[in-house]
Amino acid sequence: MLLEARGLKAGYGQTQVLHGLDFDVAEGGVTALLGANGAGKTTTLRAICGMCRVEGAVSFRGQALPGRATEDIVRLGIAHVPDGRGTFMELSVEENFRLGAYIRRDREVAADFDRLCGWFPRLKQRWKQQAGTLSGGEQQMLAIARALLLRPKLLLLDEPSFGLAPLIVQEIFDIMRRVRDESGVGILLVEQNANLALELADLAYLLETGRIVAHGRAAEIRQDEAIRRSYLGY
Amino acid sequence: MTRMDESLGPSGAAGGSRAWRATLLTLGIFAAVAPAFLLESFQLFQLTMAVIMALAVLGLNIVTGYNGQISLGHGAFFAVGAYVTAILMSHFDWSFWATLPVAALVCAAVGYGVGFPALRLGGLYLALTTFSLAVAVPQILKHKALEDWTGGVQGLFLVKPDPPFGLAVTPDQWMYLSVVAVAALCFWGTWNLVHSRIGRALMAIRDNPTAAQAMGMDISALKTKTFAASAMVTGIAGALSAVAIEFVAPDSFTFGVSITLFVGMVVGGVASILGSLFGGLFVLFVPNIAEAISKAAPGVIYGVILILFLFLLPGGFAGLLRQIAARLTRRRP
Amino acid sequence: MNGLAHQIVAGIATGGIYAAVALAIVMIYQATHHVNFAQGEMATLSTFIAWSMINAGMPYWVAFFATVAVSFAIGVAIERLLMRPVQNAPELTHVGVFIGLLLIIGNATGWIFGYTTKSFPSPFHSDKPLAGGLISAHELGSTVVTLAVLLLVWAFFRFTRLGLAMRAAAYNPRSARLVGIRVGWMLALGWGLAAAIGAVAGMMVAPIVFLDPTMMLGILLYAFAGALLGGIDNPMGAVIGGFVVGVLENLAGAYVVGTELKLTVALAIIIGVLVVRPSGLFGRVVYSRV
Repeated sequence: MLLEARGLKAGYGQTQVLHGLDFDVAEGGVTALLGANGAGKTTTLRAICGMCRVEGAVSFRGQALPGRATEDIVRLGIAHVPDGRGTFMELSVEENFRLGAYIRRDREVAADFDRLCGWFPRLKQRWKQQAGTLSGGEQQMLAIARALLLRPKLLLLDEPSFGLAPLIVQEIFDIMRRVRDESGVGILLVEQNANLALELADLAYLLETGRIVAHGRAAEIRQDEAIRRSYLGY
Repeated sequence: MTRMDESLGPSGAAGGSRAWRATLLTLGIFAAVAPAFLLESFQLFQLTMAVIMALAVLGLNIVTGYNGQISLGHGAFFAVGAYVTAILMSHFDWSFWATLPVAALVCAAVGYGVGFPALRLGGLYLALTTFSLAVAVPQILKHKALEDWTGGVQGLFLVKPDPPFGLAVTPDQWMYLSVVAVAALCFWGTWNLVHSRIGRALMAIRDNPTAAQAMGMDISALKTKTFAASAMVTGIAGALSAVAIEFVAPDSFTFGVSITLFVGMVVGGVASILGSLFGGLFVLFVPNIAEAISKAAPGVIYGVILILFLFLLPGGFAGLLRQIAARLTRRRP
Repeated sequence: MNGLAHQIVAGIATGGIYAAVALAIVMIYQATHHVNFAQGEMATLSTFIAWSMINAGMPYWVAFFATVAVSFAIGVAIERLLMRPVQNAPELTHVGVFIGLLLIIGNATGWIFGYTTKSFPSPFHSDKPLAGGLISAHELGSTVVTLAVLLLVWAFFRFTRLGLAMRAAAYNPRSARLVGIRVGWMLALGWGLAAAIGAVAGMMVAPIVFLDPTMMLGILLYAFAGALLGGIDNPMGAVIGGFVVGVLENLAGAYVVGTELKLTVALAIIIGVLVVRPSGLFGRVVYSRV
């Protein structure tokens, strides 16, 4: 397994948000975390990255994550596209790219720039522009590009479709399919749009108020009328 | 930094019966008056100065402790208060008592004027402006244009008032008693202010300005008035100091005075009335001891103590006492 | 007219000093949203270190660069030891620690080196008057040095990987962690850089104002005025503000108030900026939460 969480609890200060989650992300696989607002999806991603109070076990390729600093977890090969995207608004697209590859010392960075610009031609057009002037969709693309420039083994995506027009969402999910198929990166995807997420994922977990209430192969969850009606609402 | 309200009066937890309060008040008055007749002249002078410094720290505490607006320049108001009293006494032969209200008003006005532009904006700007004010004050006091009034570098000499009604006390004793009386009045007034509706508003602004604004408070107006009141209290302390020392000169009011008051506030206890008293005692007696080591020693020791308190005892002496008291009352069944 | 030209040129020379100190303040401000009140004292200490090295017989430029390096290390150490433990504490704690530092460094320099005013050598000499006596060799040299420092700092932030990481950490520490930047160390480097810039300013101004433990207090005030004038959150603005304030100070000193009210002029500029244009010429107003 690429990522294994066992009995993961997390919270902020006095507030407990997650009450013991077990979930996996396979090497090169896509796991979807589904659930309503406030179920604890975003907190799960933050817990993996050491951005909140964490108990329980999380192991990434056999290494325990809790207790490590965020920047050290990132350096192990976990890229996080947080809610609110985490791009550097004051800096240019180019500088955001350079920061994405900040920890890399290899010589293939320039080649990766070209590859990602091929995937996101709009970013290439905005190369010298301040990230803050980009549209919402372009910013989301920039956030994903920035994360991929780490050459991560695991990509954590927090609601990549949030607030975007359907066409842009389609474009972004096409890219993620490409990431899954071409780069072998494992993805942990948090998404409101269950239909899209289940299409992409192979494993799915359903969160309700900090607990997992259902899980299984994404294809099976999609077929399960009861789950769909009561939790996914379509 | 932990900030707590002044909730631990003897009358607070212990249930304030009238007799208990009266006894305490009597004891307090006795303890305050007794040193006038027990101490040698120099020690009495030092205690007088400690009470004055406590009053000055109290002034700073009103705006920085209770209202959360950081002033690094309260020494300037101390200087203004001292000079107003000194000028009125030496040029116009005013009596010491008559100068006090004038000094208070002038300081409040200067405080309002300095606070107004900075407090609209936020804490950082007030700290910067007051810091600059404190650094510039000696230079302004020395300036030629004011020399006729301020006496320039030479300063002004004053004489302590004689005790009235043929009271059988020395001028030193009378000075001490006057200072204690004025300080007690100011402490009492501040206690009432802090425990009033306005006081709660001040602390709300400190702890949660956004919520305070949402509740419809005119934050910058209240902050500016608080700053003026705070400057006034520190100014009164300055006025008292001019007479107690019988001398004012620009070099007594360097930037160091402001820093001293700030250190006194942190060490005594931020947002604590009792803490201001400790702060006054601290800033007066610790440098005396440290100066025995070297001229620079008090500064270094001040700095070290300030940082140690911020790291280890952010509530200051008053916070420490509160912790001890809380532990004792918890143990008691 | 030559007098006026000379005042402006001299103002640019001192303005360079103010600009450097203002830049040091703004750098730390941008990363932490705190103003380091001990920046001046740190620069004074650096200048004393240089003075000791030169007195011990070290060539000027060797001492110069050694001082810059030592100051950088001191800056980093202060951030790691004193600022890091209180990084999440309220504003008052930060200001308190800055004041504590100011007291310790300021008085320790007096304790170690004494309070007597010392002369500090200038590396710039000229046998004949420059530009018809318009500018002294030291004024010209120190202007060149401060400009070179400002240019170097700009290039560092603009073109290097580390400079970019430091900017990222200052703008958005959370996102910076997510690309693997060690934000804590970026802050420490910022402190080191600020201390090093302050050291250069101290060494350049000491031949003019002479060296004593309170040497930088007035300069710090002008740096504040410059930083506020340019915009406290804008490094370029602060540098321009520093130069403007330097010229203003010299003109006011020569034609309006005389030299006795130098500090008061700085105070007046600060209050004037807050009244007329609180955001400064190139910045945004900072409505801090306290």
